[in-house]
Amino acid sequence: MGMTLAEKILARASGRERVSPDQIVVARVDLAMSHENADLVRKSFLEIGVARVWDPSKIVIIFDHRIPAESEKTATTHKAVREFVAAQGIAHFYDVGRGGICHQVLPENGLVRPGMVMVGTDSHTTTHGAFGTFATGIGATEMAGVWAEGRLWFKVPSTLRIEVEGEFRPWVSAKDLILYIIGMLGADGADYRAVEFDGPAIRRMTVASRMVLTNLAMEMGAKVAFTPVDGVLLEYLRPRTAEPLETISADSDAAYERVIRIDAGEDLWEPQVACPHSVDHVKPLSTLGEVAVHQAVLGSCTNGRLEDLEVAARILSGRTVHPRTRLLVIPASQQIYREAMHLGYLETLVAAGAVINPPGCGPCVGVHQGILAAGETCISSTNRNFLGRMGSKDSLVYLASPAVVAASAVLGKIADPGAIVEESELCLMEV
Amino acid sequence: MTGRARVFGDDINTDYIITSRRKRESLDPLVLRHYLFEEIDPRFAASVEPGDLIVAGKNFGCGSAMEVAVTAVRGARIGAVVARSFSRTYYRNAVNNGLLPVICDTSRIREGDKIAIVGHEVHNVTTNETILAEALPKIMLEIIEAGGPVPYFRRWGRFNVGQVTDLPTKE
Repeated sequence: MGMTLAEKILARASGRERVSPDQIVVARVDLAMSHENADLVRKSFLEIGVARVWDPSKIVIIFDHRIPAESEKTATTHKAVREFVAAQGIAHFYDVGRGGICHQVLPENGLVRPGMVMVGTDSHTTTHGAFGTFATGIGATEMAGVWAEGRLWFKVPSTLRIEVEGEFRPWVSAKDLILYIIGMLGADGADYRAVEFDGPAIRRMTVASRMVLTNLAMEMGAKVAFTPVDGVLLEYLRPRTAEPLETISADSDAAYERVIRIDAGEDLWEPQVACPHSVDHVKPLSTLGEVAVHQAVLGSCTNGRLEDLEVAARILSGRTVHPRTRLLVIPASQQIYREAMHLGYLETLVAAGAVINPPGCGPCVGVHQGILAAGETCISSTNRNFLGRMGSKDSLVYLASPAVVAASAVLGKIADPGAIVEESELCLMEV
Repeated sequence: MTGRARVFGDDINTDYIITSRRKRESLDPLVLRHYLFEEIDPRFAASVEPGDLIVAGKNFGCGSAMEVAVTAVRGARIGAVVARSFSRTYYRNAVNNGLLPVICDTSRIREGDKIAIVGHEVHNVTTNETILAEALPKIMLEIIEAGGPVPYFRRWGRFNVGQVTDLPTKE
């Protein structure tokens, strides 16, 4: 019997011939990432009493949750982490203005690669499975142990395999696919499990779109999630790293807990929307009725990449944001910000009435800019719509694709992009 | 461990346990305990008593990996969460911060029932029912016994697992 991708990587990282689900192993960690909560890790690390971190070249710290600092408290946290980084000689540190959202900055800099084991003090660390990395979120206290020793214990997860074939319909994207899957499997549908996404429809996706799947797999509880290590991925990674890249895949006779088959064209007729107040409360857009929106948010580790800004710019080109709606755009990284500026997307979006926030988590976490008042409704390309997530507990958050967010900003209500943009127009449109 | 059951439903996420707004103001468990579950049960914090136990349905603690969703519960001197299932990050964070996570069928436990947790068994003293709970993996028990990963590390200097601990847990 062969092994799944998760089993293969954990077996190698724990020095074993093979591992099986539910076994507990201690594995070597290749990369340890934290954002502002590096300050909590630092405090626990100091309590352990080890003088130096295990390997300063394998620790990454990226400020993204509250940048630039919104309070003296955050500023003090940032300062303490900067001092720790300097004292320990931590190689990969991305300060305000140097990076962006951690889950975007790591791949942009070639820091996540096939076959690695990575842990991050952030639940959406599953994103890096799009690079063939066994990547999962852990708490700050546990991370202190990783900083000290460079290893961590893991329970080997069983694996769900999701195979997707068929052609996506117009305005249906990776975001719609993963919302559809979460709606089908539920908020704990992949709890403690690994997920392998594969199939022709996945292999045709850009790396940016694959990251949407592995990112949101966390919202059905996944421990790790993978998309294929193929030519598309290697082409993305090669210019970004001098390290050797290996092609790693699950064995053809690997044992899966369950295999789910989806036809993108047959099963997904239209954009999907996650309605308040849970990510698995998913409905086809046309069934929602009229939902007026006061704020539209385009950004986050889920959907703040160049292709997301591009589709929004195409929809908003020559149009304006509806008078009752505010549109917030947050490029996921400084690099994406510059590219979007260079390509004119930001010009188009600002001309339409958008506000551009600095690359970071922004309003998604409800702590920094763009907070909702009671009675307000937001359509957002982000990843969580829990009660009170983006502000008042009397506000409503709907999650959808970047295209739906842009179309909704134009009409001031949740809208299918097909309602305002003809397909023929899309082909001809120049940004 | 014996206490009064405080019952919640399925999919209680970390934002519901402690809202981001409060986390912005302070991470001190003794401050945050005053705001526990305020989004979904505004009267909870005022009525919680030391020794109360949280009882929940499936997927308790889904959402963020932030440990404050565990330490805030500990701040109210709640010693255990008994749930049908946990999100994996909350489960690990609970173990790492001295909050006992117990997995068992919670469907027949009612608000206010007196609950006793003894080893792998959960006794509902009020209804005189005994529910079998899942065993914790050995490494988790060792971390809890040590008082968390920091004291564990100070004792062993590493995750003490040269040998594999094959203790599967039921799903």
